[in-house]
Amino acid sequence: MRNDTASANDILNKRPDKIPAVNIIGAGLAGLSAALALARSGISCRLVSPMPSERAQSVMAEGGINAALDTMGENDTAAGHFNDTMNGGVYLADPDAVWALCSNAPETVRMLLALGAALSTENGRPVLRSFGGQKKKRTAYARSSTGKILMTALTDAVRRYEAEGLVQRYSHHRLHSLNIRNGECFGARVLDLHRRVLSDMKGSVILASGGMNGLFPGMTTGSVLNTGDAAALAFVSGAELANPEMIQYHPTTFPISGKRCLVSEAARGEGGRLFIMRNNARWYFMEEKYPELGNLMPRDVVSREIELVRNDKECSGQVCLDMTALDRAVWESRLSDLREECIRYLGRDPAAVPLEVSPGIHYFMGGINVDKAHRTSIARLYAAGECACQYHGANRLGGNSMLGAVFGGQTAAKTAASEIIPDNAGEEEIAGGEELEIMQPAGVPDKAAELLREALGIFRSGEKLESAVQKMQELIDNENDALQRNRMILGKAVLLGALNRKESRGAHTRTDYPERDDAHYRKTTIAVFDGKEIAVSFRDIQSERGEAE
Amino acid sequence: MKYLLDIWRQRDKDTDGSFRTYLYETDSDTVTVASALSELNKRKELADIEGVVSGRIVWECSCMQKKCGACAMLINGKPRLACDARLSDNKSGRLRIEPLRKFPLVADLTVNRQIIFDDLRQMQVWSESDIFADDRNNTVMYEASRCLQCGCCLEVCPNFAVGEKFFGMSAMVPASRLLAGMTGSSFDRLRKQYGKVITDGCGKSLACRNICPAGIDIEGLMARSNAAVLWKWFSKRRSRHDNGNNT
Ligand SMILES: Cc1cc2nc3c(=O)[nH]c(=O)nc-3n(C[C@H](O)[C@H](O)[C@H](O)COP(=O)(O)OP(=O)(O)OC[C@H]3O[C@@H](n4cnc5c(N)ncnc54)[C@H](O)[C@@H]3O)c2cc1C
Ligand code: SF4
Ligand code: SF4
Ligand code: FES
Repeated sequence: MRNDTASANDILNKRPDKIPAVNIIGAGLAGLSAALALARSGISCRLVSPMPSERAQSVMAEGGINAALDTMGENDTAAGHFNDTMNGGVYLADPDAVWALCSNAPETVRMLLALGAALSTENGRPVLRSFGGQKKKRTAYARSSTGKILMTALTDAVRRYEAEGLVQRYSHHRLHSLNIRNGECFGARVLDLHRRVLSDMKGSVILASGGMNGLFPGMTTGSVLNTGDAAALAFVSGAELANPEMIQYHPTTFPISGKRCLVSEAARGEGGRLFIMRNNARWYFMEEKYPELGNLMPRDVVSREIELVRNDKECSGQVCLDMTALDRAVWESRLSDLREECIRYLGRDPAAVPLEVSPGIHYFMGGINVDKAHRTSIARLYAAGECACQYHGANRLGGNSMLGAVFGGQTAAKTAASEIIPDNAGEEEIAGGEELEIMQPAGVPDKAAELLREALGIFRSGEKLESAVQKMQELIDNENDALQRNRMILGKAVLLGALNRKESRGAHTRTDYPERDDAHYRKTTIAVFDGKEIAVSFRDIQSERGEAE
Repeated sequence: MKYLLDIWRQRDKDTDGSFRTYLYETDSDTVTVASALSELNKRKELADIEGVVSGRIVWECSCMQKKCGACAMLINGKPRLACDARLSDNKSGRLRIEPLRKFPLVADLTVNRQIIFDDLRQMQVWSESDIFADDRNNTVMYEASRCLQCGCCLEVCPNFAVGEKFFGMSAMVPASRLLAGMTGSSFDRLRKQYGKVITDGCGKSLACRNICPAGIDIEGLMARSNAAVLWKWFSKRRSRHDNGNNT
């Protein structure tokens, strides 16, 4: 630790006026969790987001949150959770970080329960469900609204500290730029979307800004607010990206306005069957190819198979999910939300006709590179939640991302608290103006979107990636809008990550390198921008968990 | 199908606003107002039917599927989520789209709903001590966790006005979650607040019934919270009374 840093208590004593020295960008699970952790140790912060927490993507999460709470009599352990997470991520995650996540998971979920989070319970204990890639029932849930239920509990808890002045909400403010000099972060400039003025907020910065949906307009299941702009700003300011090429496709989604709607795994869990027309007959390809698990194979496998049959010359039309044989009772008790969504947005009743489905982007495992303590490569800039690369390796397990967001937020807060520079606090309104656009496009320009979509699909090839990299550079060179330029530079880094990882692992499948290659690529992809060029390298990961905990 | 969308345009609170009519064509009958607004904003040049070109329409959205409350606005006079309102719901082919009118305008269809959050803070909707959604309270606490803070209920409520004493259903619902789980002094604190800003103000006109886009059982929650607040109040008085008799 640097000697100009001070302990949390020192700072608090020196600054009874509660001027925040930590700025959190993003008010989803990761941002709220960081704010709560700081406030609970008496440290004040600003919590910045373009809209209130109720509008963050986290409220959309459905399935659940993982922890080895072992309430189902299965002798589940943190070690089991650890093994499944490492295995699911195909050994690309940092084992120490994953161990910290999994061993603290029961405590993390208990913290949420103590806030009155209405997770489903039986005899006073949370009920756990099975989720893909996990050997035990480990996923706590609240019907199909787990994210919303956790967000409400955290929002209420943070409100108390808002009233005390420890958490200062900036709920209609967007990150404009980061103040980074010589590898150190001194604060953030934010735009007030109601008053159209800019302010400089001094202090360290925790990015909790969600995934890079803006690189794939129309392709993702998440919120259109998560443009990836904060990650892009960090990247162009010199922060390292890690594993940007690791993008999770969910096999069953359908398009709605400007994004995609998720058809949860539960639909197949309850008996939904995937098929495509082949020689004028229904081909239940998953059941034929994988007799044991059939339609319930892991997400990456199902997504790949869907791509394959769609491109099969003998097949015609789209892949469909047939749920017409499901019991009325199942629709009413467990899938009523899904049915309503299909009727509303597709005009189809899935109880009566099969649904056309196709893979959509659901999660970004890669993002801003952080260490175990959630430090980025820039001093006093931290990242947590989906914008950061931590815990999930080459593929994230369902239920681990909300856990990672809550735990990561707490961890980042703890680290930020221990590294505060007391003098660097305060806030200054600097300018306003007509030119400040409130309404930004949600994604990269069409041409860039097409490049990214084509080259970063489920199957990737060196040839396509190479040409996309070149064309992206041309687009960047011809782009005058700084916002779109930054986004495209971020997009180029994702392309370069995929181009340089010459193997297939987890969510990354190369047709020209179909095998996994541990010797060369059981490593973290690191991309860094020097203001002109993006350099990509591969960094060793420790192979075993260390003893220090 | 061709739709005419009369959209409220207003640069900011200090300039005058007016409806401008935009033509929107689609073959699909599932297109929502939210998708139409996104599509209009993607046009290189956004011109109304008279050819007047203007900047992008300022409006808020996030989830696009009824889960975040961002896109609440008046559609043909009724507060709705734009991502929940299909163009084809309206047979005439003409829709009037304007901002919620109870809240201060920011620009076009965006209003400042900060009052909703300020009210929750003022009402002290939080718990100092741990609370648990046990088997008994779980259903209520779940239901009361679902509020989107969209403000649709406030828009129609005859008793709600920004800055007035009655905080409305967007405060009642979250408070109900805590009241169902809290005990002791925390409960007493919130109970008092609840009496002041909810019970005393609601005229039970039920104008808000069937408005909530999340389909929250507002009446059920309110009946329960009102009863809990009163019942605990009575039982407390009685126990004080009983104690008094004993000594
Ligand atoms: C449909 C769906 C279902 C899911 N189901 C599950 C599940 O069952 N289990 C699970 O574990 N995970 C699930 N996930 C994933 C999970 O929801 C997310 O990964 C997680 O919620 C991310 O939390 P976060 O705090 O990192 O980001 P978010 O909740 O996305 O919050 C990001 C915050 O940053 C703000 N922000 C963004 N850009 C800026 C900017 N430029 N300036 C200022 N603020 C900014 C946003 O407004 C928001 O407040 C699901 C995701 C989706 C889309
Ligand atoms: S019942 Fe009437 S007064 Fe009470 S909140 Fe609803 S609309 Fe307002
Ligand atoms: S109660 Fe319903 S209408 Fe009112 S704010 Fe909550 S979600 Fe919106
Ligand atoms: S955009 Fe979230 S409710 Fe409409």
